[in-house]
Amino acid sequence: MTERLFEGADWDFHTLQRITDACEEVALKDLGLDVYPNQIEVITAEQMLDAYSSVGMPLFYKHWSFGKHFAFHEASYRKGLMGLAYEIVINSSPCISYLMEENTATMQTLVIAHAAFGHNHFFKNNYLFKQWTDADGILDYLDFAKNYVATCEERYGRVEVERTLDAAHALMSHGIDRYPGKKKLDLRAEEKRAGRRRQHEEEVFNDLWRTVPKGAAKSRSALSIERRRKLLGLPQENLLYFLEKSAPRLAPWQRELLRIVRHIAQYFYPQSQTKVMNEGTATYVHYRIMTKLHQQGRITDGNFLEFLGSHTNVVFQPEFDDPRFSGFNPYALGFAVMQDIERIVTKAEDEDREWFPDIAGKGDVMGVLRDVWANYRDESFIGQFLSPKLMRHFRMFHLHDDPEERAGIRVDAIHDERGFRRVRRELARQHDVGFIDANIEVVDVDLSGDRRLILHHHVIKSSQLNETDAKRVLQHLADLWTYDVALIEVDANDKVLREYIVSPRPIPAAA
Amino acid sequence: MAIHIIDRRLNPGGKSLENRQRFLRRAKSLVQGAVKKTSQERDIKDVLEGGEVTIPLDGMHEPRFRREGGTRDMVLPGNKKFIEGDYLQRSGQGSAKDSGPGEGDSEDAFRFVLSRDEFVDLFLDDLELPDLAKRKMADTESEGFQRAGYTMTGSPANISISRTVQLALARRIALRRPRKDEMEELEAEIAECSDEAKRAELISKLEKLRSKAKRIPYIDPLDIRYRRFETVPRPVAQAVMFCLMDVSGSMSEHMKDLAKRFYMLLYVFLKRRYKHVEIVFIRHTDRAEEVDEQTFFYGPASGGTLVSSALQAMHEIVRERFNPADWNIYAAQASDGDNSYSDGELTGMLLTDKILPVCQFFAYLEVGESGGSAFDLSDSSLWTLYERLRSSGASLSMRKVSERSEIFPVFHDLFQRRETTQEKAAP
Repeated sequence: MTERLFEGADWDFHTLQRITDACEEVALKDLGLDVYPNQIEVITAEQMLDAYSSVGMPLFYKHWSFGKHFAFHEASYRKGLMGLAYEIVINSSPCISYLMEENTATMQTLVIAHAAFGHNHFFKNNYLFKQWTDADGILDYLDFAKNYVATCEERYGRVEVERTLDAAHALMSHGIDRYPGKKKLDLRAEEKRAGRRRQHEEEVFNDLWRTVPKGAAKSRSALSIERRRKLLGLPQENLLYFLEKSAPRLAPWQRELLRIVRHIAQYFYPQSQTKVMNEGTATYVHYRIMTKLHQQGRITDGNFLEFLGSHTNVVFQPEFDDPRFSGFNPYALGFAVMQDIERIVTKAEDEDREWFPDIAGKGDVMGVLRDVWANYRDESFIGQFLSPKLMRHFRMFHLHDDPEERAGIRVDAIHDERGFRRVRRELARQHDVGFIDANIEVVDVDLSGDRRLILHHHVIKSSQLNETDAKRVLQHLADLWTYDVALIEVDANDKVLREYIVSPRPIPAAA
Repeated sequence: MAIHIIDRRLNPGGKSLENRQRFLRRAKSLVQGAVKKTSQERDIKDVLEGGEVTIPLDGMHEPRFRREGGTRDMVLPGNKKFIEGDYLQRSGQGSAKDSGPGEGDSEDAFRFVLSRDEFVDLFLDDLELPDLAKRKMADTESEGFQRAGYTMTGSPANISISRTVQLALARRIALRRPRKDEMEELEAEIAECSDEAKRAELISKLEKLRSKAKRIPYIDPLDIRYRRFETVPRPVAQAVMFCLMDVSGSMSEHMKDLAKRFYMLLYVFLKRRYKHVEIVFIRHTDRAEEVDEQTFFYGPASGGTLVSSALQAMHEIVRERFNPADWNIYAAQASDGDNSYSDGELTGMLLTDKILPVCQFFAYLEVGESGGSAFDLSDSSLWTLYERLRSSGASLSMRKVSERSEIFPVFHDLFQRRETTQEKAAP
């Protein structure tokens, strides 16, 4: 029988230390987790609001949109419309977790187990995070970004910088490489490289070059369409990358800003693809750790009940006709699937053996789970591990809403023998970012002609772009490109559904 | 593994302040509109409190490529009675289901809370009131004391010991007054000295030192310094604002509303410059009474019109409660301009002799019905009277207003003109 970690609701920093040590013991020994070093920071509600407005990061460049989010969150928080998160955790090394000072001792234990061990393990081991993010470098890079933006504002004016950032933010969701490139992003090197490049430019600057007569322009036919496309790396779905490399009239600092926004978007890309898994992992881990601590007698029954109360709230899944329903709760779904995996591995039934021959009855729960956490993302995770039993538990069904269909919305599949696979495939698809985001790519640009940039939106399931927003984003795009931009929405048969053409706004008083 | 636990609670807050300011700057015109709209619904005293404003999201929108419409597939939990192949009606239940992971930004209006300072800044920014009437304020300053160096004379209570000792030390060093330990050392040497001749020499040396120490005092009256104080004018930090209004039957709701707006601006303006602002409401028909704000604007009253009664009441209140030496007195009178003819002389006399001398600023606002038809007619009796007083040198500000939209410009104009006339007079 071990000593209690704490009594009642109060905690101090020694308590936090004891709690963290106890959690760590369970996490490393019993669950075999592999985590970054932890850094736990206690913050106030106001600081939490601050963190909300800069996407949770401890430092970020200044931009009005963050102020807007802050004002919005603050207003709803003050009115009591919104509670604050218990914690925020940052994918960095050391892994920083923010804890709210208002949490009770039980909540702090829950939060430490959840963030400092659950999320932390996931960040360190999941292949997407390994591939796309650089936990060691992110804080330095953000610091660089912040200073770089500030320096640009000093040199080129706040309005100019804001204009560029606004445009870059609008294109942020299309500034991501979806397929692994040649090398992993090394943000520290990135930062040094940017510095060196600027220095080089300044060193070799010679105004005389401007006066050297240029040779005759190459004839239009010299560059075949094929070659041109290849030179520009087309088609290119990373719009920010394309602009950074190929936009004809951007200043070097503007390209660097686009690069910064692109890198940050890329950093968050894995998080959007693993919401269910990430939260599921953290919830599963905190549940295991808390249960263990309770078994060891380090947490009183009362505190354990308090924990169960919060835990149940977190994994609550309202049904579709409930007013509280707003899609699947990633905590609920992730946690349920992981618990189900535990069940399959330990107490497999015939059905499970048929559906999951690889893991059914294997016995080593943590081994299987660690492998799942490392090698899957939401789409593949749901697509492979959602069991019929769980579909029955959630009573899932699949609706197909075709606007052409007069009779209404068709129930396409339900949780029965005929429907399991279809329901599961469809739910997996709902969690596929590649499927959710509009598929837009640069297909061509007439560099020797009017330099019009041509983009295609490949329309899936006849779901087109929201017109107002599309026009605004394209306006931003045209401003960066500084020539006309055309966006053509085509369906699977290359039939043109809609065409947008936007001209850049004149730049008032060019710098 | 090392675990760092850091207490960040003491870190300076307001990390988002700069972002917030950027946001406000960007949304300035929108927020300003919202501020004006909000302030119209408030009581005078509350106008300064910050508060929630709502601005249209348009312009503050952060666009993204979003897909919408088309064929949709969704998997939902909680099936109760559906089986494959069923059809659901689109209305009601069906449409409620498309609330996918909600876009937080999709609401068209945006509500947030402005702090008090932000609110007032935005409120006054539009008014362009640069340091107005500062010169006026300088007139009514009271005297205060402030330390100003040292002096050779003064009362013993004001002796500055540190400065005195400092000077004495400097003088003693400069005049080479022997130090005490120097003499003690010599005495000890004499006591130990066996050689007579040497001893006599030492004794004479000691005597010399002693007499020198006697001649050069430890502290000389010359050293003594007193702390010096200077009187400096200190602006009076409190102000009182008199709101005088004619509430006789001829004043319509519209006119009262115009007056209220004007008072509100004046209050905000004063509040920005004085720590403490009191408001006295005096309403009058043919007799005057001091009332609270609610009664002032909305209480029913009827009767004739005697402006002098209000001025008399104000004069009495000033005499009883607001000593002009301690208070900055501002007065604003609103009326439709009617006054009984026989009252003119008394009003004029009260104003020039009693009221204006104690006032920082006296504004007369003649409110008219919307449409301005009143101004096509000849000037009202009160206007004529005040005009005459002004031409004979009384410092009165007067304006006519008949539309809500005129209030801001008129308020601006009132102060603006005052400044320019003074500047004209200066060279």
